[in-house]
Amino acid sequence: MLRDITLGQYYKTESVIHSLDPRVKVIGVFVYIISLFMIKVSQGYIPATVFLILIIYMSKVPPGYMVRGLKPILILMIITGLFNLFLTPGEELVHFYSLRITKEGVRMMIEMILRLAYLILGTSVMTLTTTPNQLTDAIEKLFSPLKIFRFPVHEIAMMMSIALSFIPILVDETDRIMKAQMARGADFENRNLIKKMKAMIPVLVPLFVSAFRRANDLSLAMEARCYRGGDGRTRMKPLRYKKRDVMAYIVLILYIAVIILTGKLFGQV
Amino acid sequence: MSIIVDHLSYVYGKSTAYEVRAVDDVSFCINEGEYIGLLGQTGSGKSTLIQNLNGLLKPEEGSVYYDGADIFDKEYDRKKLRSNVGLVFQYPEHQLFEADVFSDVCFGPKNMGLTRTEVELRAYEALKMVGIRDEDFYISPFDLSGGEKRRVAIAGVLAMKPKVLILDEPSAGLDPGGREDILRLIDSIRQETGMSIILVSHSMDDVAEHAERLLVMYKSHLIFDDTPVNVFSQYETMNEIGLGVPQVMEVLTGLRNKGIPVRTDMITLNEAKNEILRVFGRC
Ligand SMILES: Nc1ncnc2c1ncn2[C@@H]1O[C@H](COP(=O)(O)OP(=O)(O)O)[C@@H](O)[C@H]1O
Ligand SMILES: [Mg+2]
Repeated sequence: MLRDITLGQYYKTESVIHSLDPRVKVIGVFVYIISLFMIKVSQGYIPATVFLILIIYMSKVPPGYMVRGLKPILILMIITGLFNLFLTPGEELVHFYSLRITKEGVRMMIEMILRLAYLILGTSVMTLTTTPNQLTDAIEKLFSPLKIFRFPVHEIAMMMSIALSFIPILVDETDRIMKAQMARGADFENRNLIKKMKAMIPVLVPLFVSAFRRANDLSLAMEARCYRGGDGRTRMKPLRYKKRDVMAYIVLILYIAVIILTGKLFGQV
Repeated sequence: MSIIVDHLSYVYGKSTAYEVRAVDDVSFCINEGEYIGLLGQTGSGKSTLIQNLNGLLKPEEGSVYYDGADIFDKEYDRKKLRSNVGLVFQYPEHQLFEADVFSDVCFGPKNMGLTRTEVELRAYEALKMVGIRDEDFYISPFDLSGGEKRRVAIAGVLAMKPKVLILDEPSAGLDPGGREDILRLIDSIRQETGMSIILVSHSMDDVAEHAERLLVMYKSHLIFDDTPVNVFSQYETMNEIGLGVPQVMEVLTGLRNKGIPVRTDMITLNEAKNEILRVFGRC
């Protein structure tokens, strides 16, 4: 019922992309997004497309799975596309009444839609190939220089990873409680807003009770194992760069170089 | 009252990477007043199967008929069905939410749209039936002990006066005394009301003493539907699928292997005791 809600939808399989250091992937996505905004000429989309297709192919995640991630922003893409189509000034192609479609408008529409789609797809590659725990590890490591400003990097990363691992548990729990109350005749399909909200009480109260119980259990378990914050803590799987990570960084640099070059080459036209 | 389950299959996460066929081609029927034990290891699909019986889950294939009507028909009143087919989830105490015990038990009958007098009468009867003392009626359900909470939760379903009562591992997580209490409670509920009972369990000893008929699930399939004596006479199969047989049967089989001529088709403690006494000539 509620299983469709997935956050951090990790797709389990074995691929080069899966085995990369999560830091590479975080930085890679960051760089890729910046590169999308650096593109000034239409030709620039060729390397961006090739690069994305190559990465998706190497990740061994079914393309259908990737594209499904675009569904939630479909409306946004359509609206942005239409705005660009009709509101860009330039050489006129056709017009209905006061709406004018220009050559530049068509180009802008295609570019905007591509940019949005690549943004989402690029990020999806990361979330689909990296477990939430790896992601928080990477973020903790990447932000660790902030510690000198007394910024609680470890604590925030710990909270993030606990929150992430609790989401599926609480989703399951909500599902179970809703079913248990439906077995006692509760009705969650009522249209009336007030009644709908009232119907949530039998779900929310047990859900909070259970969340507190779990939080209590977890904190006890952490104390029993002498957890006392990040100082001096070592890791079971420390993040270490391997050869393939260095290669990935080189590929990333080459990609940026190509993007800049295409900009320079076709820029004067 | 009758429930017919016809070639039912249920799939979780259809056409995703996590697709699981939790129930596969299961057929059986339940008649008036029966006491059925539903056995199977963890993950064999018991909980999924019973949630199909009151329309909480919709099967991928096959159908369920309650008194001859297909419960997944568009016009079928599934809310009414849920008051007839009472389902007590595993750890039912986790569903308690009201400020006091009595109001919580009222939740079910109130949802049925009964009058207030009727609702309160039913809640009172149900609480009495599960053995909650009058002075505990108006305290918070969260102040009760684990066993009492569970009995209040069972009362919450009983108050709807179902024709069939399905309990999903009602003795899970209780100490041996508490387990015995719950099983005895189910027996007395059945005697007082004549409800059919489906007891889901993975403890052979629990069901052997009480159920008249056993359904055994193994890896999403229904592999046995027979009387306890017949099911447990499949000694090898039951051990192979990791369920085993009641402890008393193990003892009798052990005795027999040592050359003592006891019969091994005894499944309750009393029968076994009489059998051993008979063989040793002391009764
Ligand atoms: N909500 C769910 N989503 C996906 N798979 C589930 C869900 N609930 C149970 N399963 C899977 O279905 C199978 C049967 O589970 P279940 O019916 O709970 O078995 P049992 O009650 O016999 O322990 C298991 O493999 C389990 O992992
Ligand atoms: Mg179960």
